[in-house]
Amino acid sequence: MHETDMTKALILTVREWYESQPQPLQIDTVHLVVGKFTCVEPASLEFAFAAQTQQTFLQGATLAIRETPLIAYCHTCRANYRPEIGLRYACPTCNSPMDDIRSGRELKIERIEYSQQDAARDAPDALHDSPQATQNKTALTLVPSQS
Amino acid sequence: MHQTFDAALGINLLHVNQDGADQNRTQFDQWGIRCLNLMSSPGAGKTALLEQTLAALTPEIKIAVIEGDMTTELDADRLRRYGVPVIAINTGRSCHLDSKMVAGGIHRLAHEHNPAEFDLVLVENVGNLVCPAEFEVGEHAKVALLSITEGEDKPLKYPLMFQEADCLLITKMDLAPHLDFDLEQLVANVRQMNPRADILPVSAKTGAGLEHWFGWVRSHLHQSVNSALAIAP
Ligand SMILES: Nc1nc2c(ncn2[C@@H]2O[C@H](COP(=O)(O)OP(=O)(O)OP(=O)(O)O)[C@@H](O)[C@H]2O)c(=O)[nH]1
Ligand SMILES: [Mg+2]
Ligand SMILES: [Zn+2]
Repeated sequence: MHETDMTKALILTVREWYESQPQPLQIDTVHLVVGKFTCVEPASLEFAFAAQTQQTFLQGATLAIRETPLIAYCHTCRANYRPEIGLRYACPTCNSPMDDIRSGRELKIERIEYSQQDAARDAPDALHDSPQATQNKTALTLVPSQS
Repeated sequence: MHQTFDAALGINLLHVNQDGADQNRTQFDQWGIRCLNLMSSPGAGKTALLEQTLAALTPEIKIAVIEGDMTTELDADRLRRYGVPVIAINTGRSCHLDSKMVAGGIHRLAHEHNPAEFDLVLVENVGNLVCPAEFEVGEHAKVALLSITEGEDKPLKYPLMFQEADCLLITKMDLAPHLDFDLEQLVANVRQMNPRADILPVSAKTGAGLEHWFGWVRSHLHQSVNSALAIAP
């Protein structure tokens, strides 16, 4: 049920972005970053996403989850290390407590891949200059995908 | 013609909850209220601790409780006997309180009472060792409870809540003679991920250690936690 809540938050955020777009578009993939040191289980999230997006604007969209490892910085050793979740969190070299997490707490919508009909007409450059695009706080940058 | 694009967002999934939590905290601050978020697995003794706390600290401290019971008012009824406002939030099937639910509780408190009269709001979160740590509700400090029957390995297995806690109460200490419970090991496990939390062993049943907890609450209200009472790092 936790993943249900997370998915709701995810869909709400994506909808906000979707509705702020000046042109109709089709969302293909939502890219998510999920840290290993969060309460989110990627498999459950994928399942909840598939279930909850049926019959919505996200129908058929893929959820791509990139997991980030737990990495902590030891201020005594001045080095990063990888705590072993479930077993050991202190620095393996000097035993200092895990105090400064550098990676693993992310729960972030990184980017959205989408497609548009007749997109050549409204090239992304044009979007950059349109007032909607600049006012829209969620769409920070728009770049054609590499693929 | 069909062209694909890529929009970079970089938005935290929990940003809506976080904004709500910040608003709740601002509201508490305006009323001069401190808010503590009590979290533990089911049955670790949150309500029992609240009962003792209300009995000992009212009327010295003016307290209201926000009770995050899954479906019933059982816990809320237990606490109402102490003559403080207890706002029960029906969390439905959600496994944690979120800032929106607590905002609803704050709204009711303001509607039914003069909120500026209160010093302290104690939030009993839904019994769950994992999720509540991820959802801030507007608290000024997080209080985690771990009962000694759960085992000293739990902080290693479910680290998030222990890592985030400002105060950790080790509860049901009266049961220690009946168990193979290693307090030192537990503290060492918690210290691996949280060098700062005050760790206080207590028993709501016998009252042992509760003075330290009350002291922690008092000093939290005065914003200078006396960590001398706690087990040193
Ligand atoms: N021996 C002993 N039992 C306790 C103590 N504190 C609580 N209990 C018992 O543990 C059980 C659960 O206590 P609660 O206070 O309801 O725990 P809780 O964390 O509020 O539970 P939920 O709200 O359902 O998650 C009850 O049967 C209590 O009587 C304690 O200090 N010692
Ligand atoms: Mg309870
Ligand atoms: Zn080190």
